[in-house]
Amino acid sequence: MKYMLLICGDESAAEHADEGCGGWSEEMLERGVLQGGSGLRPPSEATTVRVRDDEVLLTDGPFAEAKEQIGGYCIIECADLDEAVEITSRHPAAGYGTIEIRPLWEP
Amino acid sequence: MSAPDDARSAVAAAFREEWGRVVAALIRATGDWDLAEECAQEAFALALQRWESEGVPRRPGAWLTTVARNRAVDRIRRAAVGEAKLREVAAAAPSGDARSGGRPDDAIPDDVLRLMFTCCHPALAPEARVALTLRALAGLTTAEIARAFLVTEPAMAKRLTRAKQKIKHAAIPFRVPGPAQLPDRLRAVLGVLYLLFNEGYTASSGDELVRRSLTAEAVRLARVLTRLMPDEPEAAGLLALMLLHDARTPARTGPSGSLIPLEEQDRTRWDRDRIEEGVALLDRTLARRSPGPYQVQAAIAACHATARTPADTDWPQIAALYAHLARLTPSPVVELNRAIAIAMADGPAAALPLLDALDSSGALAAHHLLPATRADLLRRLNRPAEAATAYRQALALAPTAPERHYLAHRLATLPHPDARSPDPPHIPST
Repeated sequence: MKYMLLICGDESAAEHADEGCGGWSEEMLERGVLQGGSGLRPPSEATTVRVRDDEVLLTDGPFAEAKEQIGGYCIIECADLDEAVEITSRHPAAGYGTIEIRPLWEP
Repeated sequence: MSAPDDARSAVAAAFREEWGRVVAALIRATGDWDLAEECAQEAFALALQRWESEGVPRRPGAWLTTVARNRAVDRIRRAAVGEAKLREVAAAAPSGDARSGGRPDDAIPDDVLRLMFTCCHPALAPEARVALTLRALAGLTTAEIARAFLVTEPAMAKRLTRAKQKIKHAAIPFRVPGPAQLPDRLRAVLGVLYLLFNEGYTASSGDELVRRSLTAEAVRLARVLTRLMPDEPEAAGLLALMLLHDARTPARTGPSGSLIPLEEQDRTRWDRDRIEEGVALLDRTLARRSPGPYQVQAAIAACHATARTPADTDWPQIAALYAHLARLTPSPVVELNRAIAIAMADGPAAALPLLDALDSSGALAAHHLLPATRADLLRRLNRPAEAATAYRQALALAPTAPERHYLAHRLATLPHPDARSPDPPHIPST
């Protein structure tokens, strides 16, 4: 199973941006479950794209105005949701923000 | 009884006992919840026809599982999912086949346990866990579950579908969690069974028959869990708690269906066998010296269940147990119950300071039970004016009609505030 971990937090989470992941990435790479990912620049630098009636509509900022925004993501591949939860619960961002686990769409 | 009646009651009994096993075995074999339910249903339908003409098989559960599994193989073959899947299903045949006899089907109870833990997975919404448990383990229909929880059938169907979709697409595993996760996950399972029981036991609305079947299913599933996990004291504690509460059911409602409070119940109508079973189970469990919230609550229920009259109730013991419970799971409701027990053990005056502390914490601000309890204590302390004020506060907060009715009755029958210094008797003029 592949899952995307969406690392979310409010503005205060930005202060953790340069902290890295406390060895989490190294450990998960070694374990063979981490397939990629990155921190994201803040939502104020985002551009949202929609196409309606063949017209490309751009919006400055994120898709949704919400207190918590996605600040980073990882792709992991592991056996099942229990293992995904175990992996996620050890990510340092789970301690100050929230991490959403999304199964990837697999046709 | 005629043969058709025999067959029908055998199928009905098998349905209660075996539905969860058949579904669990099929889910493990196919990984497909809908297919498992449909094939189980077909197996029970076939049993109705066959058992009448061929007699009831020696091991109905194994017969049903074999038939259901064969149906699943047929369906998968027709759907041409592929050889690999088919081999998987065939290989997952449980050890106890209908014809092989002899060997106990060890694999099947494990499947039931897997199903319990999966239905109660914390990644599912709590109401979905309850619905899924009733559907997959207890075999209630979507319509019955909808009636029990006062939602429409389409809404309940949607809830079940979403839960099954999530299990499938998020890969919620079909297994009993390992030792690291087991305590948390077992708590989730016990929580669902307790909620099921309470839903059937305490709610005053909804279909009476469905509610009875909720408590019966909760007790049955707690028995299964206790048998499968004999080393988990809290599972046994929960079963004991359910038995001791359920024992009071025959005395809990009046002829008009109104609830009769504990102290007014006819205790000769309590189910003695259930009480004995619950107390014996609790004693064995407490002897393991690994107490938990369900065991403590069961011990409180045992204090009530073993008192011949309300006056015989061991209130000091109950107060001590609530203090223990408050340490294990601190909550304002537990604290309120402790205050009530102290009032019964040491007199109402001893409990008033506890109510004051609860009041100033604000934790029960919107709850009628706090002013209702205060009113009751003040009434017993013969302070009717203050009691009346508290009854009025409680009346304004009470959520259900029977509770408001009870409080209004108490308020109306308070002695007049001046009763202690009555006016000189009025002498009628002649």
